[in-house]
Amino acid sequence: MSTITREGRRDFLKIVGTTAGGLFIGFNWSSCDSPKVEVLSTEEVLAQVKNFNAYLSIAPSGDVVIYSPNPELGQNIKTSFPMVVAEELDADWSKVRVIQANLDTEKFDRQLTGGSGAMPHSWERLRKAGATAKYVLVAAAAQTWNVPAEEITVESGIISHKESGKSGHFGEFVEVASTMSAPEEVTLKDKKDFKIIGTPVKNVDAKEIYTGKPMYGLDFYREGMKHAMIQRAPFGMKIKSMDDGAARGVSGVTDVVTFGNSVAVVGTSTWPLLKAKKLLRIEYEADGNVESTADHDRIFKDLLENGKADVRRKDGNVDKAFKTAAKVVEAEYQCPFLAHSPMEPENFFAHVQGDRCELIGPTQTPDRARQTAAQILGIPPENITVEITRLGGGFGRRLRADYVEEAVEVSRAINGPVKIVWSREDELTGGAYRPAVRYKFSAALDNAGNMIGYKLKGVGMNAGNTTRENNFPSGAVENVLIESISYDSSITTNAWRAPITNFLAYAEQSFLDEVALAAGKDPVQLRLELYEKAKNNPVGELGYNVNRMIAVTKEVAEKSNWGKNPNVKQGLSVYFSHRSYVAQVADIEMDGGSPTLKRITAVTDCGMVVNPTGANHQVRGGIVDGMGHAMYTNLTFENGVPKQKNYDSYRLIRLKEVPEINTHFLDSGFDPTGLGEPALPPTGGAIANAIFAATGRRLRSQPFIEQKEFSDIKLEIKRT
Amino acid sequence: MATLNLKINGKTHTVDVEDDTPLLWVLRDHLGLVGTKYSCGIAQCGACTVHLNGNATFSCVTPVSSVGNSEVTTIEGLSENGDHPVQKAWEEIDVAQCGFCQPGQIMQAAAFLKNNPSPSMEEIDNAMNRNICRCGTYHKVREAVAQAAKTK
Repeated sequence: MSTITREGRRDFLKIVGTTAGGLFIGFNWSSCDSPKVEVLSTEEVLAQVKNFNAYLSIAPSGDVVIYSPNPELGQNIKTSFPMVVAEELDADWSKVRVIQANLDTEKFDRQLTGGSGAMPHSWERLRKAGATAKYVLVAAAAQTWNVPAEEITVESGIISHKESGKSGHFGEFVEVASTMSAPEEVTLKDKKDFKIIGTPVKNVDAKEIYTGKPMYGLDFYREGMKHAMIQRAPFGMKIKSMDDGAARGVSGVTDVVTFGNSVAVVGTSTWPLLKAKKLLRIEYEADGNVESTADHDRIFKDLLENGKADVRRKDGNVDKAFKTAAKVVEAEYQCPFLAHSPMEPENFFAHVQGDRCELIGPTQTPDRARQTAAQILGIPPENITVEITRLGGGFGRRLRADYVEEAVEVSRAINGPVKIVWSREDELTGGAYRPAVRYKFSAALDNAGNMIGYKLKGVGMNAGNTTRENNFPSGAVENVLIESISYDSSITTNAWRAPITNFLAYAEQSFLDEVALAAGKDPVQLRLELYEKAKNNPVGELGYNVNRMIAVTKEVAEKSNWGKNPNVKQGLSVYFSHRSYVAQVADIEMDGGSPTLKRITAVTDCGMVVNPTGANHQVRGGIVDGMGHAMYTNLTFENGVPKQKNYDSYRLIRLKEVPEINTHFLDSGFDPTGLGEPALPPTGGAIANAIFAATGRRLRSQPFIEQKEFSDIKLEIKRT
Repeated sequence: MATLNLKINGKTHTVDVEDDTPLLWVLRDHLGLVGTKYSCGIAQCGACTVHLNGNATFSCVTPVSSVGNSEVTTIEGLSENGDHPVQKAWEEIDVAQCGFCQPGQIMQAAAFLKNNPSPSMEEIDNAMNRNICRCGTYHKVREAVAQAAKTK
């Protein structure tokens, strides 16, 4: 089968900066048959820019090019980072162009997407980058006009000197400014003077996305490039024998390559590979534990009773507290494995040429991609380039470099450029999953219903520490014991959006609801009493800011009309993770006899909100994600292979399954923290607690729809 | 192997592919029209949605040999300058997070609104329920469809 002629080709440009600051490499995927106006004008700008620092360049036309170093996977960093730079520069946002920077560890640090950490890490750096460029532009104007720099003002890319009546745009001073040296220290703006930060700025890639431009790794094609798909071994197994005769016979298949326990079919386009992969005859044999979900359930129960636990935190005398308790509350919670299932399946392009390698594709950790390739090939990392494409979702899956490794292996084996692509079935069966976890909670209450003892024991699959021992309610209870056990599973696991807390928060917030019931206290009141204790008489180390916990809890009670309407059954959940505080209330109303999930109210304290549009997106998206997986999604194993192989059985939340979501943000005066993760953890708890309030059914496992307690609850979901 | 003439975005393209090749892969691998996305391959997620004679169709399960003389429209051909009312509404409401599913969402919405120019919110929900967005942009999707219906 031959690939027919394309209508256009994608050109790769290497653009060399004209002044100090080193080599700038930009990639340009001009589209096939559409006008190239946007792309070309950016090229024109790039061809003449002066580089002021790693983050920004300015052209004589006054256009500002800002490089966004962190991979963009939907968290909107490609819009919010440049906003911060442009703010301190006092740029005209309409003249700002944003370019995804490639991996450059000399210029950028922490060039990765994970842990909701980009904004807190870079906030000050980005501000300084903008402020430094502004400083030299002002100095250049002062020199040109022969006036004192202190008398010069800058607004929206225009530099002015009031007394002399002179003014000009940035571009007019670029030449002079590029000869000046940057100051050691710069003054940053007062936050109250911000003009761009805090305003709803639209996604800088919007037009390209909505017109279908090639932006994602999957969209990358190069003349002569081969495609490859890979059959991986079930977990805990290795190849015993392999017959690739039938696969090789498929028209369009050019090669079959084996490395480790993976078999790659290589060809000139994707469809023949999807067919050929099914024709591989591979026999596997055990090479470790071949696990099934039933094994996990048994292992969890056994380890919780008999396993040797790692003590993560111990305050006071827990045994004594439980012996003297007026009431003890105990409950166990369990969650299943989950795949990440980003809409864009894993893929990567590699071209190994001697001691050099070119990598292009979607990765949350470009440097890990490079290091992985360097290790496989035994070449220095500096011989490897990594171009970061836009990511069609990540959710933690693209923190790993397993698919980069595959691309490198196949390119080396076929001695040419190749793009490997995972099918959806590959993604679900060859995943690096959110591990299953089981928790046991115990609370000791005194006569007045005060929590005097708290125990948490977690057991997880390859989970390391399954707890967050310094998180609430630690610090608010006199006697605490937090323990963790990890079981070594042969199933590959990995960080999944809000690792650990994506389930722990639900379990803990549901358990606190159980405690409130046992103590005869309102759930808001129970928490506020505990916060007061942590604030006034803290026990041991606190990993959270109590005042911020109090503020979001009070605010969500207010915004949700907590307890005001007896016809609305409400569930509360409050959680601190990834430096942000999010409180949520889910509302269930009896609508025509059926419990109906009507809305979720969320109050977030992520410090200063950089982009309200993006922040709202992340909170609503996190809630939809948290709700979807709590309600519907399950991944079970049988003999090392997941049973759910595609979206017909691996159920993701759909539009009709989301309620109204109201978001509110508290300005606590702190610097901004990330929002990619923190809104997700509390959601399962808010919904489970509302379901309990409405039906008296306590859901202690996910997904809810598969629990017997849920089986006769006809939960409706409505949007207004 | 067959030589087929396909009418795509107002132009005729000749391709030389196996009969059973899904339209999706012909668009992506053979014609460089990569705005139509692959995600599930089994007509579950809608990322591959194109128009066949104006109707929303999952291109991942549409064998190219079945297309015949039908007019195929992809996201690249929905409008000349990206200014179809649905695209404009998507921009105005700022719908996308990662964006990968959005061309499919837009194609679904455009076909739906052509057949039902003044839909109720319930009708919008039913139509857009066919497309999965893993980032959870559903609120903005329905808002944008409603907006496009108003501005049409």
